[in-house]
Amino acid sequence: MQMNGGQALIKSLEMEGVEVIFGLPGGAILPVYDPIIDSPIRHVLVRHEQGAGHMAEGYAHVTGRPGVAMVTSGPAATNIVTPLADAFMDSVPMVVITGQVGSASIGTDAFQEVDTVGITRSITKHNELVTDAADIPRVIREAFHIATTGRPGPVLVDIPKDIVDPTNPRSAMEWYWPETVDLPGYRPTTVGHHRKIREAAELIGRSRRPVIYAGGGILKARAAEALRELAELTGIHVVTTLMARGAFPDSHELALGMPGMHGTYTAITAMQESDLLIALGSRFDDRVTGKLDGFAPDAKIIHVDIDPAELGKVRRPDVPIVGDCRLVIEELVGVLREMGGAESQPDRSEWRSRISGWQERFPLTYEPSEPGELLKPQYVLEQLRDAPTTPEDTIVISGVGQHQMWTSQYWRFDHPYTWVNSGGLGTMGFSVPAAIGAKVGRPDRTVWAIDGDGCFQMTAQELVTAAAERIPVKVAILNNAYLGMVRQWQEMFYEERYSEVYLSPDLPDYKMWAEAMGCVGMRVESPEEVPAAIEKANSINDRPVVIDFRTDAREKVFPMVPAGATNSQVVVDPTQQGQAR
Amino acid sequence: MSAAAHEPTHHTLSVLVENKAGVLARVASLFARRGYNIESLAVAPTDDEAFSRITIVVDVESAPLEQIVKQLFKLINVVKISELDPRQSVERELLLATVRASGENRARVLELVQIFEGKILNVGHTEMTVSLEGNPVKVDDFESLLRPYGIVELQRTGRVALPKLDRTV
Repeated sequence: MQMNGGQALIKSLEMEGVEVIFGLPGGAILPVYDPIIDSPIRHVLVRHEQGAGHMAEGYAHVTGRPGVAMVTSGPAATNIVTPLADAFMDSVPMVVITGQVGSASIGTDAFQEVDTVGITRSITKHNELVTDAADIPRVIREAFHIATTGRPGPVLVDIPKDIVDPTNPRSAMEWYWPETVDLPGYRPTTVGHHRKIREAAELIGRSRRPVIYAGGGILKARAAEALRELAELTGIHVVTTLMARGAFPDSHELALGMPGMHGTYTAITAMQESDLLIALGSRFDDRVTGKLDGFAPDAKIIHVDIDPAELGKVRRPDVPIVGDCRLVIEELVGVLREMGGAESQPDRSEWRSRISGWQERFPLTYEPSEPGELLKPQYVLEQLRDAPTTPEDTIVISGVGQHQMWTSQYWRFDHPYTWVNSGGLGTMGFSVPAAIGAKVGRPDRTVWAIDGDGCFQMTAQELVTAAAERIPVKVAILNNAYLGMVRQWQEMFYEERYSEVYLSPDLPDYKMWAEAMGCVGMRVESPEEVPAAIEKANSINDRPVVIDFRTDAREKVFPMVPAGATNSQVVVDPTQQGQAR
Repeated sequence: MSAAAHEPTHHTLSVLVENKAGVLARVASLFARRGYNIESLAVAPTDDEAFSRITIVVDVESAPLEQIVKQLFKLINVVKISELDPRQSVERELLLATVRASGENRARVLELVQIFEGKILNVGHTEMTVSLEGNPVKVDDFESLLRPYGIVELQRTGRVALPKLDRTV
């Protein structure tokens, strides 16, 4: 069948099962936008290309399917650089299609030309400039294969206008669909090394103070169930990193919550005092380890990761296992059962009692606000979490900063794929567009974006997209009128010299802004108003809702391991500071 | 100084890549991104036109090298990476040099070229352009012996290398 490149591109996306594209057209990509009219694929028209990228990410986070974004050349391509870097850091499967100026103009500094492939080389899993219309189906097939297999990540395909333009003879091609992918240099290892898995099982069987250190790779590998089986079989406690929240139920008796800079005292200390860390799809990020020299000094390391480059990158493992987390854990569980299962595990009652002692002495805590004072952000989160109208499988998305840490701490994640955030890159402005993408991917679920006022101002315009497209997300702004996390650091480490962090609670007027964007807007100033506002928001399902919660700027995120300190130097809430460790 | 301090930190990597646009830039920028200098780099297609071979010499300790190799291997177009032990491989480099060679120096330069089995490529009134192909140590020696006569221009290729064959004589 004769086609032009633009038609072939859309047809290729259909062949890959794409149901939605997030994007914004422009000159160089126009020929590809034309055939969208005749395609069953839904297109969500964003207001800024950064929004398209984060929507694709949000969609991918909750569905496990690759998110797709399509934008034009030049400034559109540079606008989507941030989401690409974000997806690269957090291993999010994503395919981004960018328009490029015509082949003959490449390299001439033509209007809206940038070296997109050059710019995005180090922040994509792979990228490619297509030079021939006949290559389009093959390149798209490869892009989806690369984005979704091995360690997932973003793939960018840059397409010059002439090879998709039906008026240009260079765009003519004969349609085909490659049945197989031929990439001689790309062969991800999925099955773990049997002998290493046996070694891991033996090490577990000898360990008195083990901790499972579960990372985002558990979710990428669809390994939550396998993880639970491993934990229950061995009775080993689990910490879930910021990227892994939901991979192990917070309500489980073996759950320790989040480790790291703002993790729970128990998660941090259990890792620190452990004699064995079973790192599963986690990468020893500096926000988890604190000062590396002092991190978990007595622990032997079992490290499972599908990316061989992660093994030994930060901390040298005693038992390195390259492979898909789910397959490796399932095999490990099998070996442990052969070795006698739960009965063969050593007596760890002393370790368990130390852990429960820490949990009792150092729970997450905050001082409730006095009457007439501003809201405490933690209180808002508790109310939102516990509201009878908030479904327990609600999907929660955050931006980056204090609100992100409080949400991770105070929400109760009992289901995988209910938590979406920007972990590695720490992208402010992530939550509104990511929430829209998540809601498109899971329209059956309630989706709450918990945002900061600083973050919200970066990408709020995408709520126009949500209102126009009838994507009813809910946004809770924890508005403390400050760039809160920066303020916290200035308070603690810069002698309260608050340089350039004040934003004002009223400028903009968030309620009016929300309404101007077609959302329902609310403002909540006192604790008594919180439940009713949440109930109202939960009852609205035909448009987005924004609640401006006026929160106390003096509130800080605790516990905290100061940057550069070891995890033994965790600073707990002021009310707990007298407690014996 | 301890023996360890004298241990060479340079490593030769032989990287087989798909012969596609931009692959060299991907490989080179990966080194730049991780903060390592490439000492020498040579690239050309192999006997199979679908693949090119890149020979990279990098001065780095072994531990970071392992990370570089793993990161390199993540590049989709990289097919195979081998580290070549200098003792177990044949290595070659080509040097071109224009050197001052007037008066009595001319005979000395000629003699040096003969000893090293180099070639005279071009002769002028006061200068001579010479070439030498050989293993990097020999090329280094030649260069340092030429230097006193006055090197006007010098160009060396990157190193190319292949593993030694089994039971080679």
